[in-house]
Order: sequence, then structure tokens, then C-alpha cells
Amino acid sequence: MGLIKEIFEKMKPTFSKGGKLGMLSSTFEAFESFVFVPDAVAKSKGSHIHDSIDLKRTMSVVIIALMPAMLFGMWNTGYQHFLSVGKDAGFVDMFFYGFLKVLPLIAVSYAVGLAIEFASAQIRGHEVNEGYLVTGMIIPLIMPVDVPLWILALSVIFAVIIGKEIFGGTGMNIWNPALLSRAFVFFAYPSKISGDKIWIAGLENAQNVADGFSGATPLSYAAANEIDKLPDTVDMFLGIIPGCIGETSTLAILLGAAILIFTGIASWKIMLSTVAGALFAGFLANMFGGTPYLEMPAWQHLIMGGFAFGAVFMATDPVTSSQTETGKWIYGFLIGIVAIIIRLFNPGFPEGMMMAILLMNTFAPLIDHCVIQSNVKKRLKRKSIL
Amino acid sequence: MLKVIKLKKGLDIKLKGEPEKIFGAAEKPLKYALKPTDFVGLTPKLVVQEGDKVKVGSPLFLDKNKPEIKFVSPVSGTISSVNRGEKRKLLSVVITSDAVEDYIKHDVGDWEKMTREQIINIILESGTFPFFIQRPYGIIANPNDIPKAVFVSCFDSSPLAVDYDFAMQYDAEYLKKGIKVLSKLTNGNVNLGISKKMLNSKIFNTEFLDEKNLVITAFAGKHPSGNVGVQINCVNPINKGDIVWTIKLQHAVMLGKLFEKGIYDASKVVVLAGSRVERPCYFRLLAGAPVSIFSNQIKKEDEKGNRIISGNVLSGSQISEDGFLGFYDDQICVIPEGNYNELFGWAKPLRMKKFSMSHSYFSWIMPDKKYDLDTNYNGSVRAFVINGQYEKVLPMNIYPVFLLKAILAGDIDKMEQLGIYEVIEEDFALCEFVCTSKIDVQKILRDGIDLMIKEMTS
Repeated sequence: MGLIKEIFEKMKPTFSKGGKLGMLSSTFEAFESFVFVPDAVAKSKGSHIHDSIDLKRTMSVVIIALMPAMLFGMWNTGYQHFLSVGKDAGFVDMFFYGFLKVLPLIAVSYAVGLAIEFASAQIRGHEVNEGYLVTGMIIPLIMPVDVPLWILALSVIFAVIIGKEIFGGTGMNIWNPALLSRAFVFFAYPSKISGDKIWIAGLENAQNVADGFSGATPLSYAAANEIDKLPDTVDMFLGIIPGCIGETSTLAILLGAAILIFTGIASWKIMLSTVAGALFAGFLANMFGGTPYLEMPAWQHLIMGGFAFGAVFMATDPVTSSQTETGKWIYGFLIGIVAIIIRLFNPGFPEGMMMAILLMNTFAPLIDHCVIQSNVKKRLKRKSIL
Repeated sequence: MLKVIKLKKGLDIKLKGEPEKIFGAAEKPLKYALKPTDFVGLTPKLVVQEGDKVKVGSPLFLDKNKPEIKFVSPVSGTISSVNRGEKRKLLSVVITSDAVEDYIKHDVGDWEKMTREQIINIILESGTFPFFIQRPYGIIANPNDIPKAVFVSCFDSSPLAVDYDFAMQYDAEYLKKGIKVLSKLTNGNVNLGISKKMLNSKIFNTEFLDEKNLVITAFAGKHPSGNVGVQINCVNPINKGDIVWTIKLQHAVMLGKLFEKGIYDASKVVVLAGSRVERPCYFRLLAGAPVSIFSNQIKKEDEKGNRIISGNVLSGSQISEDGFLGFYDDQICVIPEGNYNELFGWAKPLRMKKFSMSHSYFSWIMPDKKYDLDTNYNGSVRAFVINGQYEKVLPMNIYPVFLLKAILAGDIDKMEQLGIYEVIEEDFALCEFVCTSKIDVQKILRDGIDLMIKEMTS
């Protein structure tokens, strides 16, 4: 500890304001506070003690919660690939194949995003915020594995600059940056994120596709009303299906959800009400029926596509979700409903979760406003005891 | 049967160095001080100078805007120094005490037959009026107001606090008298808040403190259930235009002594507590006593040093080793400073020596463990990111983050709508403790209240 401390102390003057590399002071500070908890002490008036939690801890818990989905995504990438070419492969081969496919995506996402974060922190003279540590991990997990790295980089740039930094950085943004990056790819490069061929590594340009292999996701079968072609429920729950890297396994996502709920980092109210909203919309569709997709059991929506991932990791983003406890119930419920409505009635886009969350991100301040107004009215109506 | 209000929200932080229930003997201090900085928003007007002789109850300074409010000496002696800070701001008036106290006598006569106005005049004249803090704003009350109610919290739920059921055992009669005085000051009720543990108390019950407009309410729950602001919010909330007076329990006792003996007797029970105290226990001191009398009680373990706090660890003020006990405080806490760098602190899986309300650390495994917390922030300051955190420790129907944001935006209407009249710093102290983003919540709130006062008076 002494040695590392000494190194930092030696470098400090160079990186401080007025030093040779003063323009990198935010970057230096970020690394220093990464290695050492700052020695700042409480002011002379106010709370003299503080809880040991900080934003770094919070964000690292979310990253830990993302691990099961990421690791499963790596394995599934390999599994789906070997399945598509009709080859047998062992567990290690599958995982390693996926690992090599996914790692560059994660690396590019972090490199580009963090570079922008560091630069904008420096321009503003702020400290670097930890928010991107989570966003940077989520972005690759909600992309198809074959998305070109330059498109990924562009989408990250869009999400971080337009989605976050122009509002003032972490804590100030209106929309979930990770979803914005996905929306960017969806609208700017639709062919890279829709269709049946892009979900499996190497399938688009493959010569040697196994007979009868389609590569379509459960959602695209469902959207085509080919409910009978849906994979088995257990496969869908475990995630042995094509889809974005991290979104396929409901089981892995539930593990993450358990971590988030137990640590209290993410709101269980939002998760629960999102599920409730989806079931509600699904049951309504079941009641009216008409097409096989409308009649598909409502609960199946929960294990298809990005529903679970969105409900657990993105609807619960503390910055862009509703901030009031009552608001959270409404916000989550509406996300669930809207997601299922888009799935069922929008022919152009089989997955509704992304749009639903972005839409409700937009409305979250309005929901909060209504909740707050009712609190204000209650306060005005209160009677005084004399 | 008393009404018991259950508060689900809140947090008890268990610290090492809880005071033992015995009275320690402290040496008699030579010097005492009265600090204008203890009184929120006060512009003092000094009326003594160095070398002046004063008695117990002689005014040292007045409120410049309301000169009838006097701030008086707790001891008799000689003014030894008048300390000023930047821009000649008056920081403290220090008195070297005589061996024998010489009191100013006030004629309280047959006070029970006096009018409210006469009683207020005695209180003003004796220098005990600053005991009364008004809500909204948490400032010294205005003698011309008639409050809709008077509130006294009879327990302190903050860490390392005084147990009044123990501390008040010798002062019960004075308390009774003090409550009687309070009952004359309002047209409404005198409200006492007791903890559920005190339901069988011999002192805090309606038979003993027999008064017509006395209401006792019991509260069950964690800190801040003992905060008078929380109790007001539960029992008789402050609406726009309402004025409520609050008074500390020990000040109510002093008021009782004033109307019993005709003198300002500033003695009170004080705890010396915290992990850096050799033997934490109770003491009987005069208001404004110096902490230097405890210098042999304070552990000097390492070069990090200690922080001495007048008041509780969540909302008190730091004082130096030769500092003095604050006017409203009955707690002196000594905890280690946190001026060190912890290697990868945030990444340590356990970090057993630190406490967190969140389950991202493991302090929840041992709910009864006592911690030796220091003053380190445990992180860097960030914007508001996490939501729903403050609400868990604030048992009031208030949206703290929205209120704070309204303050930061300087939006007076919003601040009013969101309940700024009902809160002062101590009510938000736990919000500051649990904050992931390490935001100085109490400072923001005080700035908001100051802005509010400025707007309402201009």
C-alpha cells in the first residue's frame, strides 16, 4: 500500500492543475480514487459519519449481477454458432468461441464510452462518474453478436454524448443510455439488428448452414404467428435460443435480479410491476384472441426476447425511472403493457421492450409530477389541530 | 392508554462508546463560553467587554433585530475574551468563572396567576427565551407569536444519546413545573413525545405531569423517531402560516427551575461518549462548559487524530480540543478522524469495520454489532443518482430529493409545497448519512430555509 501511495503522490504534481499534464487531472483523479478511497473527511457541521456505500460499490454490484447473463451469453453464442453449422463441439469450445466473439464488443464499448466520459469530465472540470461502467457492459449484451464494431462504436458515441453528456452527465439524463445506443443502431442500421440471420455468429455470410436451420428468434416466429415453431419453454427459460447476447437466458437474468433486489440496488417494485403489466396486457390479448400470437399464453412473453433483461437491468435504472415509490408501480406497469402491445400489434418490430422503456423514460417525470402533486394537495388539505 | 405511533422508516446506527449509566465527576471548569454561532440566523449585539464582571444571568449579547431577546451568562465571573472571526463576526464570549456563583434574582412571585405576557417577560428578562425554537425554520422563536402548540421530545434516538429517563430522575419536579410554564404559553396543547420504552416511566406520564392541555404520545421506531420534527409531523403537522414552538427537554427543566427558584440555573446532564472516550458516561455540567476538562478522558491512539463533536454524530458541530459545549447540546462525542486512504475500499467484499444500511456490504449479518465509525466520506461526491434511499430513513410524508432539488433550483413555491416548513437539518441528517452520492444534504436544506426566511421577511 505504501509503495502505490508513493507512486500516486509522486505523479500528483504533474497531473494537477498547472502541472505538465494538468489537462489530464480528471483522468488522474479517477484512477486515484479507483485505487484509493479518498481521504476526504466530513465537514465541521453536518453528518460526521457516512455510510460505507458509494457509487463505485453500487455500480460494481450491478456489474456482478450482469455476470451470469454475460457468461451465459458467451456460451450461447458458441452453442448457437455450432448448432447453425451442424458441428458438434464441447462446452469449452462453445464458451471460448463466444468469449472471443463477445470480448471485442465489450472492449470497444468500454474504450469508446470511457474515452468520452473522461474527456467530458475533463472539459467540465468534474470528476469522472461511474455510470458508464454499467452502461458499457449492458450495451454489448443487448446487441446481436455480429454487429460490426464500428457501428457499435458509433452507437456508443451517440448514446454517451447525445443521451447523457449534453444533459450534464450521469444522474441528469432522461433516457437510458444503453437503450439509446440500441435504438440508434435500430434506426440507423436496421439491417444489422433485425431479421432472422443476424442473431447467430457467422450465420449471415455462412456457406455451410445446417439443413433446416433458420436462426429466427422466438419473437420473430411469434410475430409471424408461427407459434408452433416456438422452442420448448424450458429452452426459452434457460436461454438456449437465438437473440441478443445477454438477453436470452431468463434464468441467468433472474440470478442477477436476485442480487439486485437483495442488495437493494435496483427496485423490486419496478421489476414486479413490469411483469404484472406484461401479464395484464397478455391476458387481455388472450381474452380477445384472434390470431395464434394473441392467443399465446401471456406468461410466455416473459421468457421471450429482451423482456426479462429490460425489466431487471434497464427499467430499473435509478436515473431514468420514476423516482417516487408510487410512481415506480405505475411506471413499471406501463412498461409491461406497452412492451406487449408493441410486440403484438406492431408488424415492423417484433421486440417492444426497448421502445416501451424509452417511452416510459420520457413519461417518468410526468408520473412523478402527478405523484408529487397529490402529496402537495394532501399537505394543503391537512387540518391543523388547535 | 397512550397513543403509540409506529414509525417503520429510520435507521439506528450502533456505535462503540455508548455512555454507561453512571455520573462521572468532572473537575470544575475555569472558563465557560456562550457562542452566538449556536443560534441559527442570529445577528448578535455585544453588550459586555473584556474585563467586565458578570453574574449568572447577566446579558452578554442581544439579538440585534429583537433586542428583547437576551443571551445571558451561565456563570458569574469576568469576561476574559471576546473572540471574533472574519469580518469581525462574533464567535464567542468567554467568561472566567468565580469560585462561588452569584445569581441575578428574578421576581417570579405568584407566577401561576400571571398573564401569558407577564410570563413571557420573565422568560425574556432571565435570558431563557432562546430555549424556544420555532418551526418552521428552526430559529429562535418570536416572543410576539402565540404558537399553535408546544412540542418537547422526551427521548433522543440518535446514536450515543442521553437516556432522559435515567438523566431526569433528580429533576422530575422541575420538569413538572417547566411543563406547567409551557402550558401557559400556547392556546393549544403541550405535546410530549416519549419512546415506547418509556411507557412505564414514573416521570413521563399524565398522572405525574398533570396538566390540562398536556398530550403525551409514544413513538415506536428507529432514529429519527426522537426528533421533535418527526413527532410534530405525526401529531400536529405544520401547515403554511402555522407556528409551533419546540424546546429541549433539559431546557424545560431549566425553565422549571427559573420559576421555582427565580434564577437561571444552567446545569444540565451531558454525556461524553464515542469510541475515543476512555470511559463514556454521564456528567452534570453548566451550559457552555469547556471540553478541555475531559482531555484526560480522550484516547490519543494514532496520528489520525480525533474529532470532538458538540451534539450528536449525525448533525452536531465539530469543536476543537479547547472548544465549548453548544447551547442546545447535551452530548459530546469523540470519534476518530477519517483522513486516510483506503486501498480498494469500495471493492473489498467484506469491509467488516464499516457500516452500511445497504446490503451491498455485509453489516446486515450482524445487526447488533457496534461500529467504530470515523469521519471519512467513504467515497467521492456525485450528482443524485440513486433514488428511494432517503425515503427509507425519513418517516415523514415528504419527498426529500424533490425538496432538495427545489432548493437547489431556488424555487420558493415548490419548496413551500414540498414541505420545507416541517423540516430542519437534523430531520434530514440520516439522508446525508446514507447518501450514495455523498451530498451535503443538511447544508443544502439550511441554505433553502435561509432563502425562505429571506423571501418571507422581505
